[in-house]
Parts: sequence; C-alpha cells; structure tokens
Amino acid sequence: MYNQTEIIKDTTNLGPEGELIINMGPQHPATHGVLHLVVTLNGETIKKIEPHLGYIHRSIEKMCESLTYRQFIYVTSRMDYLSSHINNLGCALLIEKGMQIEVPERAKYIRVILSELTRIASHELWLGAMAMDLGAFTPFFYTFREREMITEIMEETCGARLTMNYIVPGGLMYDIHPDFQKKVKAFIKQFKEKVTEFEDLVTNNIIFQSRTKGIGILTAEDAISFGCTGPVARASGVSCDIRKLYPYDVYDKVEFDEVIETAGDSFARYIVRVKEMNQSIRIIEQLIDCIPEGDFVGKTKNVLKLPKGEFYTRVETARGELGVFVVSEGGANPYRIKFRSPGFSNLSALNHMAAGSKIGDLMATMGTLDLVIPDIDR
Amino acid sequence: MFLKEYISDVYNGVTSLLKGMRKTGYYFLHPKEIITEQYPDNRATLVLAERFKGEVVMPHDANNEHACTGCTACEIACPNGTIKVVTKFDITPEGKKKKAIDALVYHLELCTMCNLCVVACPSDAIKMAPTFEHSVFDRSKLTKILNKPASKIREGIE
Repeated sequence: MYNQTEIIKDTTNLGPEGELIINMGPQHPATHGVLHLVVTLNGETIKKIEPHLGYIHRSIEKMCESLTYRQFIYVTSRMDYLSSHINNLGCALLIEKGMQIEVPERAKYIRVILSELTRIASHELWLGAMAMDLGAFTPFFYTFREREMITEIMEETCGARLTMNYIVPGGLMYDIHPDFQKKVKAFIKQFKEKVTEFEDLVTNNIIFQSRTKGIGILTAEDAISFGCTGPVARASGVSCDIRKLYPYDVYDKVEFDEVIETAGDSFARYIVRVKEMNQSIRIIEQLIDCIPEGDFVGKTKNVLKLPKGEFYTRVETARGELGVFVVSEGGANPYRIKFRSPGFSNLSALNHMAAGSKIGDLMATMGTLDLVIPDIDR
Repeated sequence: MFLKEYISDVYNGVTSLLKGMRKTGYYFLHPKEIITEQYPDNRATLVLAERFKGEVVMPHDANNEHACTGCTACEIACPNGTIKVVTKFDITPEGKKKKAIDALVYHLELCTMCNLCVVACPSDAIKMAPTFEHSVFDRSKLTKILNKPASKIREGIE
C-alpha cells in the first residue's frame, strides 16, 4: 500500500543525467500499429529515439521460400497492406523478367491504372490519419469518403478491398469489370471537385501549418545516407521516383511530373503527397480511355521455374522503393527471397529527424513518414 | 512591426479556421450527402460485388450434380493447405472403376481468399461466393465439406 498524498520519488526511470525514458507503444494510437519507440527525454526535449521492432514479424521472407512462384505473390499483400497491389506487381515483374514472359498491353495498362488508384487510396488514408494525429478529426471522414470509391472499384474488379491478389505472372487473374472505366471516371470527377476541401480543411489551416513547418527537417544528404525513398526523400529534394528513373509497364508512355520539394520538413512531405495524388489522377486520365483490347493474361507454363541466378526488380509503392530480390536454384520454389521495404529505411531516419525537438513534434514528424508497421517488420 | 504581425497572424488564423468550419457546417446542413451505411440495419438491401471473395463454394445444379472430377488441382494450387480432396472409386454400370470425389474438405479458418484454387480448377467446379458473415462460436464449424450429400458428377465432364 502506498500513501496517496505522498509524491513517489522513484528514480529508477531516470538515466545518468536526469534523463527520462518513455516507452511509446507498442499499443499507442498514434503509431498506427505495433511500433515500439523508446524515447529518451531531457525534460520535454527528445535526446534519442530507439525503435524496437518485431511485434508483428511473420517471417514473410521465409514463408515465401516454401511456396511456388505463383503462390508467393499473395503473401506480399500482407506486407504493406495499403499498397498491396503494387507489392504484387513488383513480384510479378520479377518473375516475368526472369522467365521472359510476354505481358499483353491490356494487362499493362490495367496494372498501372490500378497501381495509381492504390497510391491515391494510400495517400488519402495517410492524410486523414495524419490530420487525426495532430488533433483534427473531421478530415479523416472526408478522405475516407473518396477512398471508399476506390475500394469499391477494387472490390468490383479484383474481388477484395485491401489484399487484392489480382496480378498473376504474365498478366491479370481475370478481366476488368464492365463498369470499371465508368466508375473510375466518376471517381476522377468527384476527386477533382472534392480535393479543394482538403485544402480548406487541412493545408490552409494555420494550426496545421505551424505544427508542421520547420519540424523534422531531413536534408538531402541525410535522406540519401539513410536510404530514404519515396515522398520522404522527394520532400528533401532527392529525385528517386522509380516510375521515372526505371519505368516499368507503361509508365514510360505517360506524362507526369516527379513532385520534388526542397524544404525537407514535415509540411514539405505533406505537400509532396497531396501533389502526388493529383499526378496519379493525371496518369489515370491518360490511360483510362485507351485500354487496348486483347488478352488480359499472357501464355505461361503450368509450373513456373526461374532459371538459376539472382534477380532484382524495384517498384515505386506509395511509401517508396520496394525491392524484390530472389536467388533461384532453378527449382519451382525460390531459394532465398528478400524484400527491401521502404518503411524500414524511412523509419531509420526518425532518430535523426526528431532528436532535439519537443515530444509534441514527434507526432508531426512520425506521421509524415507514413509508416506501415507490417511493412517494416515483414 | 510586432503588433502588425501579431494582428495579421490572428486574422489569418481566424479566417483559415472559419473556412474549414464552413465546409463542416455545409455537410452538417446537408445530411443527404453523407454516405455512411448503417450496416446491421441495411442487411436486407446490402448487395456485395459479384466478384467479392468471401468463401469457396461448389455450385450444384437442380439434379444435385457438380462438376468436380477430383483432380486435386485446387489442392496443389492452394498456398495454405486449405483444401483437401478425398477421392473414392465409383463402379460404373459397365463394371469399370471411375475416380470421383468423396469429400472436398475446405478449411475456411485457413483460407486467405487468394482465388488461386478457382483459377486452377480446369472444370470450373468451385467459385468464390460474396458472403462475409463467417463468425461462429466454435472453430470446428469453419471446416466445411463443399460437395452436398449424395451429389454426383455431372455427365460429360472428364
């Protein structure tokens, strides 16, 4: 029993120089998953952040080794579940590259349209969740309204809302739904009308701006040395869009801008993602009317066997560069498989970005990294 | 100078907040534009997409016949061991032995709805059904036998 009026003078939590160690997570609402940050504080100032991983480790890389090349694609939906379609695409591209499978044009167009829809859905979920982390609850519902239209398109064409598994090596699992083009056009129309709402609610809001501007600055050199990719690196002025640098499928045929900001703070990362949504809309608009007729899947062998050797492909997910590396011994299963996930590298920069700032700014810094924890742990 | 900045900051703050409040106020006064669905109440009218992957089913026709030949293509294609095909040998009227399924055991609790079994099936005997209310009190109830009792293979399917 302890005396309620007595102040507990327990110093076990205090470090050598009066440091306070706080465990943020693994069940913290703002980490959006089971991320455990050990934050060392000096008063209210952050001295060090140590991420502890492994709470949602499912050994996906090892699991893939026991599955065939056709089967292992579905597992990658569970890594970065918000851009599951792009993860599947990365794996399919690797198998097609290794076995020199011809992919029909129709499949390529549909793959790119669905990838961009996935990217918009992911960024919209991030926008709502990010605003919620900073205390604005209403934008969450507004972003989910547009996201719902995308998930409905996915549900109708792919048969699932989140873990689609629509891509098979050589093309697509089945053809698009007859209403697909109509619904995508309706979505583009609504998105263009409603995107101003986000600007009124979040971007131009003075509280949001003063909480994110100048917070969590990452310079271009640091972004490169930490291996950051995607919007996090592009907000620091690093050109790293895989769609531009190493175009896959039909990205070399469409016109779009790589969004680059140079400030490197949280607000720049926010602006990059909002502008990227508009660029994705631009890509979809160019492709949606000219989906060529033809087969949706190319001819493949019944049992896929990659030739002996090492293979690597990369795709641009909503969070950055996803690399898929496979070592094959010529059998029906991969000998070793390794995913280079964007979230892991982006998280490694968090200590550098947040050290020296106040603990209230940690949310604004971490929110703009757009972390998906299953992607970090795999 | 300081006062001028302070006043402009306050002005900007108030206008940006009012702009946002106008948007939320608009939806408050226009409840018809809200798209939230009241799920358990709208069960009767709820229509899921035709392709929605809810569970694997085996369609039977009016004569209680299905199209499964027991080739185990689905069992091989499944990444999780969700499907087990148990075969038996029927004796045809001519006295020949014919392979047929005894039971197609489907473990819904292991299924990830990846659709690979449906794609692998050469005779389109199984398909995905758009159902989603799968919660039960006992895990063993999720293990299902897809072929109906006393069902036969349809004529002409090899």
